[in-house]
Parts: sequence; C-alpha cells; structure tokens
Amino acid sequence: MQSMTPKEVSERSGLRVNPCKTCQPVGAMYAALGVHACMPHSHGSQGCCSYHRTYLTRHFKEPAIASSSSFTEGASVFGGGSNLKASVKNIFDIYNPDIIAVHTTCLSETIGDDLKSFIQDTPIPDGKYVVHTNTPSYVGSHVTGYANMISGFIKYLSVKTGVSNGKVALIPGFINPGDMREIKKIAKLMNVPFTMLPDTSGVMDAPMTGTYNMYPKGGTTIPDIIGLGDCKKSIGFGEFATTLGLEDLRNKCKVPFVSLPLPIGIANTDAYVMALQEIGASEVPYELEEERGQLVDVILDAHPYFDNKTVAIYGDPDTVLGIAALVLEMGMHPKYLVTGTPGDAFMTRGKELMAQYGIEDAVIKSTADLFEMHQWIKNDKVDLMIGGTHGKTVARAEDIPLVRAGFPVLDRYVHSYIPIVGYRGALALVEKIANALMDRQDRDCADEDLEMVM
Amino acid sequence: MQHRTPYGLRTVVWVSLGPARRCIHIDSKEGEVNRMTDLSKTPSGVHLLDERQSSIVRTQSNTANEISCDTNSVSGAVSQRACVYCGARVVLNPITDAFHIVHGPIGCASYTWDIRGSLSSGDELYRNSFSTDMKETDIVFGGEKKLAAAIDEVMAVHAPKVIFIYSTCIVGVIGDDVEAVCQEAEKKYGNRVISVKAPGFAGHKAIGYKMACDAILSLIKPFYVPDAPKKGVNILGDYNLAGEFWLVKNYLEEIGVRVITGISGDSSCQSLSKAPSAELNLVQCAGSSHYLANLMEQEMDIPWIKVSFYGVEDTSTSLLRVAQALKDPEIEARAMALIERETARVAPRMAQVRKNLAGKKAAIYVGGGFKAISLIRQFNELGMETVVVGTQTGKKDDYEVIGNLVSEGTVILDDTNPAELEHFMQEKGADILVGGVKERPLAYKLGIAFCDHNHERKHPLAGFDGVINFAEEINSSLNSPIWKYLG
Repeated sequence: MQSMTPKEVSERSGLRVNPCKTCQPVGAMYAALGVHACMPHSHGSQGCCSYHRTYLTRHFKEPAIASSSSFTEGASVFGGGSNLKASVKNIFDIYNPDIIAVHTTCLSETIGDDLKSFIQDTPIPDGKYVVHTNTPSYVGSHVTGYANMISGFIKYLSVKTGVSNGKVALIPGFINPGDMREIKKIAKLMNVPFTMLPDTSGVMDAPMTGTYNMYPKGGTTIPDIIGLGDCKKSIGFGEFATTLGLEDLRNKCKVPFVSLPLPIGIANTDAYVMALQEIGASEVPYELEEERGQLVDVILDAHPYFDNKTVAIYGDPDTVLGIAALVLEMGMHPKYLVTGTPGDAFMTRGKELMAQYGIEDAVIKSTADLFEMHQWIKNDKVDLMIGGTHGKTVARAEDIPLVRAGFPVLDRYVHSYIPIVGYRGALALVEKIANALMDRQDRDCADEDLEMVM
Repeated sequence: MQHRTPYGLRTVVWVSLGPARRCIHIDSKEGEVNRMTDLSKTPSGVHLLDERQSSIVRTQSNTANEISCDTNSVSGAVSQRACVYCGARVVLNPITDAFHIVHGPIGCASYTWDIRGSLSSGDELYRNSFSTDMKETDIVFGGEKKLAAAIDEVMAVHAPKVIFIYSTCIVGVIGDDVEAVCQEAEKKYGNRVISVKAPGFAGHKAIGYKMACDAILSLIKPFYVPDAPKKGVNILGDYNLAGEFWLVKNYLEEIGVRVITGISGDSSCQSLSKAPSAELNLVQCAGSSHYLANLMEQEMDIPWIKVSFYGVEDTSTSLLRVAQALKDPEIEARAMALIERETARVAPRMAQVRKNLAGKKAAIYVGGGFKAISLIRQFNELGMETVVVGTQTGKKDDYEVIGNLVSEGTVILDDTNPAELEHFMQEKGADILVGGVKERPLAYKLGIAFCDHNHERKHPLAGFDGVINFAEEINSSLNSPIWKYLG
C-alpha cells in the first residue's frame, strides 16, 4: 500500500492528499457533547450530522448523539430558518435536552443563514436554552470548530454578577475524556475549585450500566457555564483550541486568563501546577510530587532506549506540540511536526521548542497533509511515528513503529480512557513509546543479540 | 391519520389522547381494539416524534401495515441517515484504480477516507483521500481553478484512466461549473474525468446511488458494442466488504459462470470496460444498483436478476436462479452439487450454534430493504425470531416482503432514530442487534449483543462461509462472558 507516493516532493496548489485534519462542525459537536444534557445540532444537510456522529463513535466507541436540520433543496434555496425552527420544537418535544447547541455547516454558511436572528425568532420553552456558533467548514479545522463552540457557550451564557465564586475556569483543548479527568484530578489535588468547559468525561466515556442514557451524568452544567463569568481566573490548555474562549470570557466578564500549552510532558505539566499554585496559594501536595518524581525516574531508567531516536509527530497542533515537548524531555529527536490545521503559531511554537534543545533540522509545518509527511519520511526516515490512525499506512509502508495518540484513533480501544496529560498521562505515553521501540528491537535484532534483560 | 393496508384488512389509527399520543391498532371488525400501546415515550424518557409515527408499524397476521418510507427526514430528528454524497461515494469508491477527488471543504473527504472495508486484489489507490480542501477564498471567487489545478497535479504524477469529481453541498451553490472543468480536462488529457454531482441536501443516500450509477454508465457505455457476442456475468451492488465478492465469484466460477467484474467491488477501469459484454447482471444490493441494472438493460440489452448471498437459503436460491437465467443445465447441475456439498459442510457447525441461539430475539437495522430480508431469513435458519426490523432506505415492496416473513407483532421502522430503536428493542426484548457503526455502542449500552453487518464487518458474511461466520459472530457476542458482569 502507498506505493503511489513518489519520493520527489512536488508543489501542490489544488490537491489535498490524505489530510491531517477534518472540518469544523465535528469539533463543535464534540465540544457540545461536553455540556450536560446538551443536544448538539447540525444546521445543514443530514449527511454532515451522520458523518460527524460516526466519526466520533469510531474514535470514542460511544454513542454520539446529535440532531440535524436535514436540509433539502428548498432550504438551500430559501434558507434554513424554518428548518431550524422546526428542529428546535421537535428536539425539545421529543429528546427533551436542557440546551441545544447549534453549529453551522459549509452549506448554511454559504447560503448566508443568520443563526442569531433565527434563534431570536424561535420560541424556546422556559428554562431551556438554544445557543449557536458559526463553523464554516472551509475555514480552519475541527480544532477551530471546537474552539468556536466553546466561544458560543460563553457568549450566550456566561454572566458576571460581580460576586466572585472563587473558582478557576479550566478550558481544555481538543483532548480525550481521560485527559479531562486527569486535568481535573490535578486541580482537585491542588485544592483549587474549578469549572471545566467543555467536559466530556462521563459522557464520551460513560460506563456500562445496562441502560442507555441519551444524556449521561457527565458534562458541564448550564449553571456552571453561567458562573464562568464569576471565576477569578481562567486557564486554557492549548493555544489553538482555547484562546478564543479565554478571550471571550475576558472580554465579556473581565476574567483574566493564562494560556498554557496542553500539559503533556514534565515542563508543561509543571506550568499547569504552578499556575494553580499561584491561584490557590497552596503547597503542591506530596501525591503530585511523587507522580512527578516517578515520571522522571522512569525516563531516567529507560533513557538509553530513547536517546536520539528520531520521531515524526502528526495530528492536532496543540497535541503535536505537547507530545514534541515530552519526547524532547526524553532525549528523542523530533524530525517532523505536522498538522493539517492552519496557523503560523504552530511553526513559531515548534521552533521555540526545538531551539531549547538545540535541534535545527526539524521540519515543522501547518496546513500540511500526511502524503507530504510520507514523502519527507521516504527521503529521510524516522525511528518512530506518533499520531492518529491515519498514519498507519505510512507506518506500514515504511516499516516504522507507530504509537497512537491524539485524534482520531479509529482502530484501537481504550485510548480515550488513558490520559496523556499530567505526570500520570506522560507515564502512560512514555510506556507506549518505550514498548514500541523495544518491541521493534526485539523483533529486528539477530538471535544472538536478543536480550532477556533490557 | 389512517393507513389502509395493501390488503385492506387492517387499519392503523393514530389518535391523540390528550398530551400522550397512543397507537391503537384496530382490526377490520368494526371497533375491536386488538392492541393498544403507548408509543409516546421511551424508557429513557425520550418522546417519540409525532411526525414519525407513519414510519413505524407493527405487523399483524403476517402482513405489514402500510408504512411511510422513501421520504425526507424530519428536521431535528437524530436520524441515522447519510446524504447524497455518501450514497455516491459508497457505490464508486471500490473502483480501485480511480482517483476519487472530493470537490468541497475538507470534511467530506476526511469522513470517507478508507472507511468502507472494500478490499482490492490490485490497486490500492482508492484507499487514499483526495480533495480540493476548499477555503474561504474559493467560496468567494469560485473553486473551478483549484479543481482544474488539482486535476493537473494528479495528471502530472499519475496517468489514471479515470478521475471522479464529487461535488459536495456548496459547489452548486457557489456556481462552479464542474462539468466544464471535467470536459476541459478530458480534452486536455484524453482520459475520463467524470463529474458526480452529489450535494448532500439533494435528498438522501439513495439519490446518491443514482448519481453513482449514472457515472458508471458514462464510464462503461463507450465500450458497448451492439450485437457483439455476450458471455459471463457482472455482480452489481457488491462492494467486496471483507472479501465477499471473491467468495461469490469463486462459487460462480466453480459452477462454470464467468464473472466479468464486480460493480463496483474489487473493480478497475479495465474490468469495468468489459462489463457491457455480460450476458446477465446479478444485482446483490438492489437499493444501490437496481437503477444501474435497469439502465444497462435498456441501453446494452443486458437482463438482470436480483440475488442475495446471505444465508444458506438465499445463497442456494441465488445460485440456482443464476443457472436458470443462463439456461444452462450443466451449470444448474454443478450449482446443485455445490449447494449440496456446501450445505452439508456447514450443517454440523450450524446445528451446534443453533443450540445456543434458538429462541433468541433479533433486531435488524440496516441500509437497504433487501439485506434486511436476507437477514430475517438467516435468523429463521438459526431458529431465532426477528422482533424489530428497520432500514434507512427500504422501499414499499421490501416492507411488504418483510411483513410476510416476520411473525406477528414485529415492529417495522423506516429511517429510525436511536430513541425509537432503543424503545422497540427494549419493548420487544431483543437479544442482539445487527446494524452499523452508529448503532453498535447504543446496543452495548442497552446490554444487547451486536453484529456489524455494515462497513465494519469483521469477516465475510456472504455465501456458505459467511453463514458460519455470521452464526459464530452472533454466538460470540450473545454469549460473551462479559455479560455476566453487567449491572
């Protein structure tokens, strides 16, 4: 497979081959699933909704609920106002959520549907909410859509009353529910009260109970989203996915913010812990110190296996930068950092990171695709690939071990439960990386070189 | 609301009883109520949609009451249905050496990247994702130039015989003349560049099937030579999921029937170009390919028959029907021998599995009506009862056949949603659901076993081997030790 990939890189202006991103609405849908009793609503053709639900289900192995305006030819000519009105009525009548979170699609954006006025003209039952965000598929990526949906919730709902609730607002990037749990765990250990938006834990990793709840226990509650306006500070994890939400909360409710990288790796997790420490003015508990110490201990134990191993990392910008930080701490050598999401900040941050470790030859590119990365690898191979499922054909073609991390992982299980953030998450990722490299050594070495103790 | 059954025997009446809607089935004897069920609420407290009630019927005396199907989905419903583009892509994607370029923003290309499980014996080109990844500037200034550039970039590196250009939702809205770009490219490069207009909003999946069928006809028609001798068969509507086309092809070749090509399972431009020389078309997935079969009959004089290779009964019947359609007693004799041998081969294992499965209740939710029919027969063969049947795009005829196959009280759903599936699977006490990826986690959450009969099927489920695989899969899911720890 992938024999069609030529080694020679040619300039492409029209063709995207094997993308490293998908469109905004799926990110908006994922963010909306992180709100309790929320029905994500796709304002467009029904195929969009179906594809997004399938995509999320394939990654999380969980039901992903969402409704669609089900556009027809008529709606695409006369606008989708009546579709939205009918949708809102039907959704509250039959699925009875607390809130509907509408996102647009390329179609409804192109025909110029004005969601704000549609929603104003739609009767909404008492105590229920309808919010929206614009997610044109031809701008940004699924990460942009995720950021936009967070912004939609804040813009519609968050209110500053003037009385501080003493909490910190935590805005996670596009990460798994397992990661969100880890971020919350650290805040709890630091004794800092918080609201996390969105919070897909308890929704996209709901336990098996024998009954199906369309709205599982998890998710940020509406009162908590309203209360974000009274938080004393907000922390965003991942510049691409959270800057917008942080800025909205500051602009609307004067909540000051700290923008941190995703807490992947030692330094990035330290930054989170220190930010909490500053807010809570509390000591770092022994439990966290112990976790950190164990992580450093393990990396030290195994470092000969990591030393100067070259890596290609691909996926969402915040995730790729975070993983790059961790592998640099492990003594590895990131050679290619690739994201399909547009944005120069990816290159800027990536270069800053490489400079800290004196690495000059890393190729860092946003708005890139996996075909291009494959061509680079054909010209200059790496020892390891880290990223989502779509890299597996490249890994197979070039016989490179692949560690799955990020989004989407469509061909493995458990990944959405095990964090890669925090000290514990880093430990899990270090184990995966070590196993991949050491399994490869065991597989490839000559009989006489097979070691019992490694 | 009142629905007359095709047989005029039964009437279903939906009446409003205050805030709760109730379904009352009234026998033809005046006024006698024989079933009264509150259909208005699911166990998890979700109300069923009033407009949806004509798409749900319960069978009585083995006749399906008239169902409303083949309509657009209700706005706001959590429909399981896909769109026109999806339908077109499903049918064309397995053409292994074609470039499938999606003209539109990135999503539609991302979501359909190598998800079908269609296998190839040759080229792997179709397993890549190609698109124009339209940006805001393309929306404002038009995407024709970018599309032309994309085609040029493909042609600069490869020389594919065919490129399909799928136009998604916004392409028509912004006024791109894709046909013109395609014609221009054909002139420039002398290959086929076929436009597949597939805006998602133009209907549901079945409309996309038609678009794809038109594209295939446009590809193969130039190879049609009137009055040329005809030999062999094409298999339409098999996409070689988990290698099922190969299985069927082996059977046919064993009984002396030459298989020219799948349309489109494991096909190539080369194999498709020979399709017009077939003496007979076998139509496996009627939903997607019935239209193409008709076109090929009208324009190339190739007759067609419906076949299904799911289950012992349908596989056997289909092989015999092929032999009979070809009017060759030798083929028929060989088919009989194959059926006898294979039936005997699978019988012992079937008998073992049947012991575990007898009396279990099945729910079916699949794309087309014909597959649902085969599955009901297969469950009957396994001694299981089908209690819920739903399809995304079933036709009236399909629902009639289904009504005749299932036992009384079976719930039949058109274009259903998770709330309805949940409600009826629980009400009817289904033990296993056969469906696709979106239904899998729902079934598990309800404590119901699951078998994927869609893109993510784990093994070939067609033919005699498929019968064993299907039974084993049902058996392993129903009897997994993990169920003991539930709740």
